[in-house]
Amino acid sequence: MSPMTRVSGPFTVALLVLFTVAPVLVALAPPHPGDPGLEQRIFYYHVPSAMMMFLAAFTCGIASAVYLFKNTRAADRLASAAGELTTIFGLIVLVTGPIWARKRWGHWWEWDARLTLSLLLWMIFLAYLLVRRYGGPGSAKLASAVALFGMANVPFVYVSVNIWRTLHPQTSYVPSLPPGNRGVFWFAVVAFLLLYSSLLAARTWLEALRDDLEELHLQIDQSET
Amino acid sequence: MIMSHEPTACRVFRFLAVAVLVAACAPVFAGAASQQPVQPPPGYERVTGSQEALPAAPFLVAAYAVIWVVLVVYLWSIWRRLRSVQREVDDLKRRLEGGSKP
Repeated sequence: MSPMTRVSGPFTVALLVLFTVAPVLVALAPPHPGDPGLEQRIFYYHVPSAMMMFLAAFTCGIASAVYLFKNTRAADRLASAAGELTTIFGLIVLVTGPIWARKRWGHWWEWDARLTLSLLLWMIFLAYLLVRRYGGPGSAKLASAVALFGMANVPFVYVSVNIWRTLHPQTSYVPSLPPGNRGVFWFAVVAFLLLYSSLLAARTWLEALRDDLEELHLQIDQSET
Repeated sequence: MIMSHEPTACRVFRFLAVAVLVAACAPVFAGAASQQPVQPPPGYERVTGSQEALPAAPFLVAAYAVIWVVLVVYLWSIWRRLRSVQREVDDLKRRLEGGSKP
């Protein structure tokens, strides 16, 4: 079985679940009693995306710490993959959030704690990717330190809505969901989790292939000299 | 002289411990403060009853379209990179095998 086939199976399942079943469930979900507008349904993908952004940031941070202190190449590959996923899920959060806000609050953006810290988190991981891409030799170690700071930002993003006054709903929004909405939400979370795992596996595999490529280049250079 | 330094060190340590405890409780105090109802400052009036009537459906469609486009583009980008690197690995393996033949 080729590596492509190995990674494409979970991808297909995740995408089928995500793009076929979940939207139907979201459409059939009863209106939220405290927030009955149609735009509230953005929540079912916006919040799971934010959860995956946090998960990816933690994965990247922990793997970076392992790489920094144990110098494990596999940990660096995982960190690199998770760092990219943090920016992808972060992008979804930072675009769908303002679309929801425009309808709900009347404007696209508010420089409050939650939104500003989320943007900061996304920019830290963008910086992580830029350092890895353009930092030259030794940039993986430098990027790992950046990832640790990014991971440290995650709890602040999460609790910011409870500490500072903000327009963004508080963390109690999800636990207080009515039963009809709760099932749909957790279904979407599971679908996103499956997608995240598949993407992480594929992206880590790409890093492993790049390592193989580097090794092969070295072998060819040695055989030619 | 050494004995006279010990109470000072204890005082500094105690002060630091209290400072750290106060700092650790700051989010709790801030959270409690944010729960207090706030009166608008003089000169400001609460706006009630007027909401911009924007249709919700285009926002919902736009949000889901963005998610779909971002994920599909990212999947395509991973697939393209995997294919390109795999092809290069296969080429190099063939070159190595060809070079090792007598």
